Amino acid sequence: MAPVVSVTGLVKTYASGFVALNDVSLNIEEGEILALLGPNGAGKTTLISTICGITTPSAGRVSVGGHDTIRDYRAARKLIGLVPQEINLEPFEKVLNTVRFSRGLFGKPRDDAHLERVLRQLSLWDKKDAKVIELSGGMKRRVLIAKALSHEPRVLFLDEPTAGVDVELRKDLWETVRRLKAEGVTIILTTHYIEEAEAIADRIAVISKGDILLVEEKAALMRRLGRKQMVIELQAPIDAVPEALAHHALETGPDADTLIYTYDTQRERTGITRLLNEIQAAGLQLRDVQTRQSSLEEIFVGLVQEEERG
Amino acid sequence: MNLEAVRAIYLFEMSRTFRTIWQSIVSPVISTSLYFVVFGAAIGSRIDQVEGVSYGAFIVPGLIMLSVLVQSVTNASFGIYFPKFIGTIYELLSAPASFLEITAGYVLAAATKSLMIGVIILLTAFFFVDLRIEHPLWMVSFLVLTCLSFSLFGFIIGIWAQNFEQLQLVPLLVVTPLVFLGGSFYSISMLPPVWQTITLFNPVVYLVSGFRWSFFGMSDVGLGWSLLAILAFTAICLATIWWIFRTGYRIRS
Repeated sequence: MAPVVSVTGLVKTYASGFVALNDVSLNIEEGEILALLGPNGAGKTTLISTICGITTPSAGRVSVGGHDTIRDYRAARKLIGLVPQEINLEPFEKVLNTVRFSRGLFGKPRDDAHLERVLRQLSLWDKKDAKVIELSGGMKRRVLIAKALSHEPRVLFLDEPTAGVDVELRKDLWETVRRLKAEGVTIILTTHYIEEAEAIADRIAVISKGDILLVEEKAALMRRLGRKQMVIELQAPIDAVPEALAHHALETGPDADTLIYTYDTQRERTGITRLLNEIQAAGLQLRDVQTRQSSLEEIFVGLVQEEERG
Repeated sequence: MNLEAVRAIYLFEMSRTFRTIWQSIVSPVISTSLYFVVFGAAIGSRIDQVEGVSYGAFIVPGLIMLSVLVQSVTNASFGIYFPKFIGTIYELLSAPASFLEITAGYVLAAATKSLMIGVIILLTAFFFVDLRIEHPLWMVSFLVLTCLSFSLFGFIIGIWAQNFEQLQLVPLLVVTPLVFLGGSFYSISMLPPVWQTITLFNPVVYLVSGFRWSFFGMSDVGLGWSLLAILAFTAICLATIWWIFRTGYRIRS
């Protein structure tokens, strides 16, 4: 199936000479949730803005639903809903009116039943006649989402949707994202919160300094780059790692009675059996053994550091 | 054509107008009434008729033009500057709407508001002076055209302005002086010959002159020149806006 969003050789150089996007190519499949991860200033927002038409590309092309975003901008943009990072809302207008405005702007005839559905799903219906300025920060964030959903987009961009949002709203947001995915909407979200990407995304793209470092299935990425650690607690503290265990490259933990063994789950032999046997042979007594998977955050930090070194 | 977008912008902007209806309508009516009291009654009583029209009635078209020009520029510039200022412009830039549709929405709304103010001032004038309108259709046409063309001009100012000071600069330093020196309160023939020539470079002269002709059947310059001036001004504004959207000047990076 053709990708719903296709970015080819996209370059964005700002008037200041700053290169925000450096030859970015990316395909986004229909119906998936793609998390775009990257540090501040990596180019996440520029990439989204360029796809949505807010920023003009310096080179390269973007198509949405098969429509070129420059030549056939009307057809392309009709498919897109955008929730910006900043809370940009007309402060003195009523909630329902700002949402109705968005629907009209995107060329859809007035449909108050649809708007009611959207507002109810976002728990905004009882605030429909409130002025935006009277709402809390979290409520304003919901209004932005309602505006983006008002014209029934097929592709939804969420730029840092949970920045500065409380736990309750964050849960609601993910609920909304899952429901939209179930309805067939493609979702692209940017976030710093890696646990979010880990919890919700199908695929993860990592962007740093205007380059896409990788795009991969989340599970495969975790498997491929995921290192595991085994933390071995001993009955008694030791002064140093015994000579016989030196070749395992063990680290000692913060307390003198723990040893940490890092291994790669993708290798044919993880070396666990041998290590445990040799620990026993060295005469050390075990109190507890636990393993933990490195998080996406560690993977991500590793990748970005690698890029900076390379 | 995305007419829904034009409608959405228009209704959204009109909703702002009606939200601030008192400051939108009352202040120009009060200031115009003050002009009538000062220029019409106090000073006007010592001025003879101007070409057969009492001075109080003579200044009515100029007063309407003064308000309509300033209001058109102010309304339209604020209308597009505000989304830039609060950041909601992202929605306009990402919408499936062309420059013509976005401009039409904002400019029609601003023009509607100044037309309303123009009509209210005209109605107010009937309370103060004995007024006749010889060419009502021409009067309405001039009024509507002026509202539209100066709203286009205001739209450009709103895109150009990078802060509130710049936003007020043009109405204050350019439009108001041009209107005052454009024959709102006098006939050009009352000026010394040198100034009569200089005045002809002021585009507002043509507007006021044409508009006054629709009331009293007399004008400083020919009706054709007045029409030509306003149409040329509209065309220049439209071309500028087309260029702005094509290059993204000050709105799209």
